[in-house]
Amino acid sequence: MNALRATFTLFAKECRLEFRTRELLTATVVFSLIIIVFFNFAFDPTPAEARRFGPGLLWIAFFFAGSLMVNPSFAREQTNDTLDALRMAPIPSFAVLSAKMLANLLFLSIAEAILVPVFSVFYNVSLVGILGRLIVVLVLGTVGLVTTGTVFSAISAHARMRELLLPVLLLPFLTPLLIAAVSTTISLFGDAQELDRTWIVFLIGFDVVFLTTSWLLSDFLAEG
Amino acid sequence: MASAAALSAANTGLGIRFDRIERRFGALVALRSLSLEIAPGEFVALLGHNGAGKTTLLRITAQLMRPSRGSVRFFAASAAREVPFTTVKGRTGLVGHSLLLYDELSAEENLTLFARLYALDKVGTRVTNALEACGLSSRATSQVRTFSRGMRQRLAIARALLHSPRLLLLDEPAAGLDRQGLEWLGAMLERLRGDGCTVIMSTHARNESLDLATRAIVLAGGRLQQDTGAVGDPRPLLQELRAES
Repeated sequence: MNALRATFTLFAKECRLEFRTRELLTATVVFSLIIIVFFNFAFDPTPAEARRFGPGLLWIAFFFAGSLMVNPSFAREQTNDTLDALRMAPIPSFAVLSAKMLANLLFLSIAEAILVPVFSVFYNVSLVGILGRLIVVLVLGTVGLVTTGTVFSAISAHARMRELLLPVLLLPFLTPLLIAAVSTTISLFGDAQELDRTWIVFLIGFDVVFLTTSWLLSDFLAEG
Repeated sequence: MASAAALSAANTGLGIRFDRIERRFGALVALRSLSLEIAPGEFVALLGHNGAGKTTLLRITAQLMRPSRGSVRFFAASAAREVPFTTVKGRTGLVGHSLLLYDELSAEENLTLFARLYALDKVGTRVTNALEACGLSSRATSQVRTFSRGMRQRLAIARALLHSPRLLLLDEPAAGLDRQGLEWLGAMLERLRGDGCTVIMSTHARNESLDLATRAIVLAGGRLQQDTGAVGDPRPLLQELRAES
């Protein structure tokens, strides 16, 4: 079967499973909202402080939301050993992985679409005039986050303490991505409201490297 | 080599040659230097006590596990016409200990998903026919998690047969089936045997479907203990084992 068709068939399955229960989306959105709202009340930042420290907080919220979201990607397949059924189907292993990445990308994007306006209101950071460029940064950062997260979800699926193991494994790998995403967002929220091209190139490079690596390792990762 | 086209054209079963395969799980040796050749169209009863290595052998055959040593080759029609692994993948059906079904999807959604992954034509008709055959038409839109054990097992068997496999691997397929389900399974296996599909079924000796077997193989401690061979009669051995159990 054509890899693209297989990917979209499996992507539709992932969406159907999630939208039927909405377990992941609800949990991650509520958790991230709590982080954003609590930090606002705890520090009560001025608009200048919010523009400086807000991006860090925003990306920490995205990181935790992402690690919660990718965790069950492969673990969910263990219930009835459905990964075995997928491995026996005449489809490329990367189709299984890429469908999960696309689904996680969609779910995390939905969470971000809720979190960013809430952040803007609570921290008094105007997004007028920078929204388009902010979306570019969010997309590049989120692609890197879900690509790496889905790969580590496959690696940690069989571990007994995978909920704990996944963020521990993930954070060191995502640190460069988070630094780049936070730095770009800070420059965007600054007075000049400019995108830092160096960090944007870094984010693109990170995404390309991890997507290629996941494609190369897909046979090994699908073995579970 | 590469007789994938021949396999389709002849609509034959797949033959398998295990050459001194061994499978280790740490210190545990599940299969020890097992050599065996199964011809296309054979119906093999795979027997043995718990831990004899039956499931490991089936998982290696399904390419879900690699042997630690030795090799597995697949062929069509004659041993000289090797079939590539990629072709074998789409021609193999498995009913395992687990259901290989999504609990949160309905019976119809599960079958439709796998029909699409196997790139089958007339997906809707195939799924409807499969649901009708396994007696689950009236529950087509119900989620699998609401099914009884027997209904789940029937759906798992329907899923494994959806793409008309040329090699069918069954690991305790009768588990959870009631009298009616067992009769349906027997009829299904009889039809598959008539179609020339290669079947390897691991089960206990009392299972009546084993009367269809053309060959019986007994594993013990990961080794081949008894084999009635491709031309031998498995019935005396099956009767002996039934009397013992």
